Amino acid sequence: MENLLAGLEMLARWDVLVALIIGSIGGVIIGAIPGVGPAVAIAILLPATFGLDPIVGLTMLLGIYGSSMYGGAIPAVLINTPGTAVNALTSYDGYPMTQKGEAHRAVSLAYSASFWGGIFGILCLILLSPVLALIAPMFGSREIFLAATLGIILVILAHRGQIFAAGFLAMFGIFLQTVGLDAVTYTQRYTFEFSFLSSGINLIVVVLGLFALSQAFFLLTGPDSSPDAKPVSGRMSAGLKELLGHKRVATVAAGFGVILGMIPGTGEFTAQFMSYTYAQKTSKHPERFGKGSPEGLIASEAANNAVPAAAMIPLLALGIPGEALTAMMLSVFYVHNVIPGPQLFQNNIDLVYGLYFALIALNIIVMIFLLFSTNLLTKIIRVPTRFLGVMILLLSFVGVYSLRNSLTDCMISAGFGVLGLILKRLNLPIVPIILGMVLGGIMEVKLRSALPRLKTPLDMIDRPISFILFAIILIVLALHVRTLIKEWRAHQPAEDHDMHDSQLR
Amino acid sequence: MSRVKTLQALFKRYRRPGDIVFAWLMLAVSVFLLLQIADQTTWRNGGKLFAQPRFWPAVALTGMTLFAALHLLGSALSERIEGRWQEVWLWIGSLEYAGWFIVYALAVPYSGYLPATVFFAVALGLRAGYRRVWTLLAAAFAAVVIVVLFKSLLKVNLPSGLIYDILPDGIRQFMLVYF
Repeated sequence: MENLLAGLEMLARWDVLVALIIGSIGGVIIGAIPGVGPAVAIAILLPATFGLDPIVGLTMLLGIYGSSMYGGAIPAVLINTPGTAVNALTSYDGYPMTQKGEAHRAVSLAYSASFWGGIFGILCLILLSPVLALIAPMFGSREIFLAATLGIILVILAHRGQIFAAGFLAMFGIFLQTVGLDAVTYTQRYTFEFSFLSSGINLIVVVLGLFALSQAFFLLTGPDSSPDAKPVSGRMSAGLKELLGHKRVATVAAGFGVILGMIPGTGEFTAQFMSYTYAQKTSKHPERFGKGSPEGLIASEAANNAVPAAAMIPLLALGIPGEALTAMMLSVFYVHNVIPGPQLFQNNIDLVYGLYFALIALNIIVMIFLLFSTNLLTKIIRVPTRFLGVMILLLSFVGVYSLRNSLTDCMISAGFGVLGLILKRLNLPIVPIILGMVLGGIMEVKLRSALPRLKTPLDMIDRPISFILFAIILIVLALHVRTLIKEWRAHQPAEDHDMHDSQLR
Repeated sequence: MSRVKTLQALFKRYRRPGDIVFAWLMLAVSVFLLLQIADQTTWRNGGKLFAQPRFWPAVALTGMTLFAALHLLGSALSERIEGRWQEVWLWIGSLEYAGWFIVYALAVPYSGYLPATVFFAVALGLRAGYRRVWTLLAAAFAAVVIVVLFKSLLKVNLPSGLIYDILPDGIRQFMLVYF
């Protein structure tokens, strides 16, 4: 109770509240503009938050993370273009509803489902906290090493159909974090005698290049377009009433979001898919899915909004980020000398509760904001894409240069920007590089610190949690091999030249 | 294709033109880096394998080479998609904007954050094909907002321009601190 109050007290500061409002509303606007997305915004703002208090910087970034998907639903429903990648399934039913003249109903349902999912995710996080506080200290070096290894494996396997490319990119990320002076032996690794490489390749420089600059290059090299979203009329609160008629779907979908959000490497996309499938299978009208089913819309929005809170679980409890956005937030923790992991629950539990309350507050702020400003957002969506590209390029400079006023950083970041553009054009994933860098670093440090206690390799798994993690790794790999064999036996026609459904519409 | 997705369909691969060029690049980079491992890393005699400074670069580069080779194989065995070199040309074309970014970063310490940002916003707007005065004014206005937000309000660590030294005393200090 004392800690809960301390957490609330942390939030009751004017600077934290301002950060929360800016983050939440900014996140909705950023999410609503196709072509920006939370990763770009967080990457740009990251260095700017280093000068702020940890709770101020984190609430601002959390605000963007947690609210962008609310905004992303607007273009997904109105113009069939998801504002963020994770709103892709929202457009499957949202846009057909707009075509039927039910745009208002679709948008208000999307908001309500998002709110339901968001709050459900946070409640799970709060309820799980005592359990986490109990389990987290059982994670020593070898357990964290195995959990990070599991994270890398899941990140690769989650990119089905692109596993080789994802594997390459994850390994590339692991390689990048080894460049520079080895912290233990003080020997150079892949510096090619360049002094600027001795300090290693900075994660934020890479993140800004891969997410922000690449997006600027992507927009500037592509054709200019200006999405046209029609205004919506009617009371936005109407969706809440309709949502109550689909409580089961919304809750199960949010449950999928929580479970998959906790597992590194899976995240919103898989959660959305699984909840959508569940909703369709249990619906009285499965034939309406994809043609404007409110249940489909609810399933996808409730699932993706439950993920941010759940994704904080491995980050806070073990210091292991599950996807790119939490990996970026990890660097904010490090900059402020707050090390997420088992000790956080013992030493900084007030900060943890402060973040929980911030998540609740941001969902409420966003919901209130959206009830009155949807039509304003439909105007913002119309910003021409190349104009956006110019702005992202200028903003990226703030992020990269403010880090340590280094022109070399700008050059490295520009190089990663071009790499990011190529990956985006080829439809290959960027996230494995970032997670490879972060998890690779964790794996190296934790394996080294576990070594003195290991006499034989089997000692690695002689504790219950490390054994369970090892067993999970084996099961995940075995299941993947099983699926491959099943697919091979089913003789499915090769479809790798098809355009993905989402690209055709 | 049905709108109802199976897990397999949702995650299926959908290649784009230029995939094989990137696959070759991936393999070439991986092999080059792997060949450098003896020169670029150290092996400590008597140390444990997992604690060697060479261990993690070796794991990463072996993995990169293996995955790059498999990706290339998959790409080579797939049907050719038209437009490969057009795509590669677009990648090369993006270097122009990387150049704009670096020149902008070079200019800020000399010409000051505000003048450089306004200039590059308008110049990039023109380069992006905008000719309407209102659009270019909007770009300049957005540039001013960016500067005020980050430099004046958030006090982000950005250098003051050398050009401000030629300004009269009172304004110089103001510009150095806020713009």
